[in-house]
Amino acid sequence: MTERSNSKSNYSRRDALRLMAIGGAAGLIAPNLLGKPAFAQNPPASPTGRVVVGFSQEPTVFNPLMPHTECDDAVHFSVFDALVRMDPKGVLQPNLAVEVPSQDNGGISEDGLVWRIRLRDDVRWHDGTPFTAEDVKFTLELITNPKFRAWRTAGHSLVRDIKVVSPTELTWRMEEAFAPYLSFLAETFMVPKHILEKEADPNAAAFNQAPVGTGAFKWAQRIAGDHIELVANADYAGEGPYLERLVFKYIPDMTVLYTQFKSGDIDLVDQAFITADHYEEASKLPDRAVMLERGASVESIYLNLEKPQFKDPAVRQALYAAIDRKAILEAIYYGVHAPTETFMPQNSYYYNPNLPAQEFNLERARQILDEAGWVPGADGIRVKDGVRLSFSNSTTSGNHLREQAQQFLQQTFAEIGVEMTISNLPAAVMWGDFWLKSQFDSAMVGVTYLIAADPDATNRLHTKAIVAKGGKGSNTGQYSNPEVDALLDKGTRTFDREERRAIYLRVQEIVRQDLPFLPLFAYANVFGRKEGLEGFEANSNARVASWHAAGWHWKA
Amino acid sequence: MRGFLLNRLSQSLILLLIVSVIGFLVLNLLPGGPLAQFGLDPGMTQDDLDRLKEQLGLNRPLLMQYLDWAWRLLQGDWGHSFRDGAPVLAVIGRHVFATLLLMGTSTAIAIAIGTWIGIRGATHRYSMFDHVATVGAMVALSIPTFWFGLVGIYIFSLRLGWLPAGNMYTIGDGSVLNYLHHLILPSIVLSLVHVAIWSRYMRTATLDAISQDFVKTARAKGLSERRVIMKHVVGNALLPMITLAGVQLPSILTGALVTETVFTWPGMGRLFLDSLGYSDYPVVMGLLMFSAILVILGNLIADIAVAIVDPRIRLG
Repeated sequence: MTERSNSKSNYSRRDALRLMAIGGAAGLIAPNLLGKPAFAQNPPASPTGRVVVGFSQEPTVFNPLMPHTECDDAVHFSVFDALVRMDPKGVLQPNLAVEVPSQDNGGISEDGLVWRIRLRDDVRWHDGTPFTAEDVKFTLELITNPKFRAWRTAGHSLVRDIKVVSPTELTWRMEEAFAPYLSFLAETFMVPKHILEKEADPNAAAFNQAPVGTGAFKWAQRIAGDHIELVANADYAGEGPYLERLVFKYIPDMTVLYTQFKSGDIDLVDQAFITADHYEEASKLPDRAVMLERGASVESIYLNLEKPQFKDPAVRQALYAAIDRKAILEAIYYGVHAPTETFMPQNSYYYNPNLPAQEFNLERARQILDEAGWVPGADGIRVKDGVRLSFSNSTTSGNHLREQAQQFLQQTFAEIGVEMTISNLPAAVMWGDFWLKSQFDSAMVGVTYLIAADPDATNRLHTKAIVAKGGKGSNTGQYSNPEVDALLDKGTRTFDREERRAIYLRVQEIVRQDLPFLPLFAYANVFGRKEGLEGFEANSNARVASWHAAGWHWKA
Repeated sequence: MRGFLLNRLSQSLILLLIVSVIGFLVLNLLPGGPLAQFGLDPGMTQDDLDRLKEQLGLNRPLLMQYLDWAWRLLQGDWGHSFRDGAPVLAVIGRHVFATLLLMGTSTAIAIAIGTWIGIRGATHRYSMFDHVATVGAMVALSIPTFWFGLVGIYIFSLRLGWLPAGNMYTIGDGSVLNYLHHLILPSIVLSLVHVAIWSRYMRTATLDAISQDFVKTARAKGLSERRVIMKHVVGNALLPMITLAGVQLPSILTGALVTETVFTWPGMGRLFLDSLGYSDYPVVMGLLMFSAILVILGNLIADIAVAIVDPRIRLG
């Protein structure tokens, strides 16, 4: 994490990048979710003050189990609790559970099939009713209730025989060993049984408009199309809250979002953050702390590996060598994002920092293609076995930065005898069947590989996840490598963190070698907040900046 | 009069039917749909998407979906929003006040100033004032509103700090003064275009009236120029304005798409854009029907008003 606040430092953009590259992501701050953050400067004794957080999308889904997008997470993380939470280092911490279940503490059986959760005994719902194991059972059963419009069901659909042992303990059986479920639980917020069990139709419950949780903030009101107001839950079982009021303000235009940050109308910019083109100016604003924070998604050229042009690994290596990433990052993306060699987010515990670095070298690219037998034809485009090295690249039309990057690539690819045509489509067409059913040649896309920050990437990289071949998942590049499949399968059955780490480090090595997609950069988000707002921690393992507002407070 | 109203009513119902069919078709044939936003969500499997599609009833034939929607609408059930689950009429109700406030204010400003400029421009034709007004109207009409909005925010909010940079009110301060303070910039920006339109129409209408015989007669009677203009010219020139007002009436409730976005105004225009972005079919259809009804009403009111004011016109 590279923090740049004007009053403290005066780095250039390049310095910031260099620092980011050296320090990696975590390092600087030692967060402790339930204890006091290491840097907390005397939070007030009772909740005081108000923070207004700006969003470029309007939070509208307040039942955390229903289909929702990033911005809704901010409300869920503040009003509700899950059994566990993912901290900024990618490590699970207890939340409503007293401990993170593991094979070591007996929370998960050796075969991974029997889970036992022990709960805190001091938690109450916002209406005063005690929170018990019955609520957890109800929540997990509601998700798989066929009448309920649930969000994700992966993992939950494996849960069987939930038994409430005592108000603070429950067990269940898993249909098969599935280690990622632990991370999924960090995004599974608990809902109150005593309120929702009375509803005939949980999809239309009044609760969905005025949620009751166990979280640090209680629901106050929503002014549709404008803002949502939460108030401090003085009886919160965990740390905080220190703020009396928390407001999530909807500002639909990204430029206006930034303008209102400048004018001081909002105290913190959340999703979709400050745009890259405003980064330089923003970091010079007085009394504002602006920082670059790694995101979870990776921009890359996705190759459809079933197309004859891309079957030869030499082609993929040559194309990768013909990408001038440094120029693209500096000239087009304002130097905000960072190069990467893997799909794993750099803030993940499972990130592999030892992969070979890409090098822009047209001479080398030509040599690779020459050696592999791709010979330039009469028009200068290389050919082998009747396959012309020509393909189209597609992305959302109207995305100017991507369009510039495409033109840039088109030029350098042409220099090695490869023809890339640009064929962009409106978002709804691009990311519909064209993408999901692998109808593209190549795509320029920002992809998140992990679900709930768990390192398992089966959904994107496993042979069984190729929809175009009858599989289930999002392996739209149709990547298939038996060794990776076996490792991914092993990873989902392995619960020990170090063992899992070894597995995913290896997966990243193989994928770097196979190059099913050509990584361009790892996204960084520009976070901005007022200087006096303390206790703020960024967490790229959550989708919003407001993942832990309980710890925020104003400088006294 | 009664025959006119019955006739109008039947025409309106046919019109609403056509609008709803076309709207429903276009909306559903657009690629994407309400589940497209989850297409890049790594945790949503195809099974999840298929299940949601069925639960929302989106896997049924389009005709079935339309008939179901139309039948419910006839019974007064406008459906529920896909986004927040609230009834469509409640969703509209939550946004209509903001729009009414903004559009009402700006329309009032536009009519007052536009009419005055139009009359003065016509009576002082080719004067300096008229030239400035003509060029000003062209500029106001040809420059997009969002540009005026952003420039206004830059000058009056960021540089001078006199006015707020958008929003309907300061969170935590619901006083009337606070609302008025926030209303100044967006309503002026929005009224710029409307002033231009109103002043052009008014100028033409006034010029038309001035060259009529009854004006010559009035002058020949020896009335003062002021009296001629106020009593004979303006009264007649305002007639076509009633029709224009009828056409503009719906926009007072349906809102301004761009201005509401630039000024973070939680009104109907932004509701429409957001609902379209999310493919929130029930709300988009609700808004479509709502504005279609308003257009019909606006025209009806204008026709009746013209008939009442102008004795030469008889409805029937």
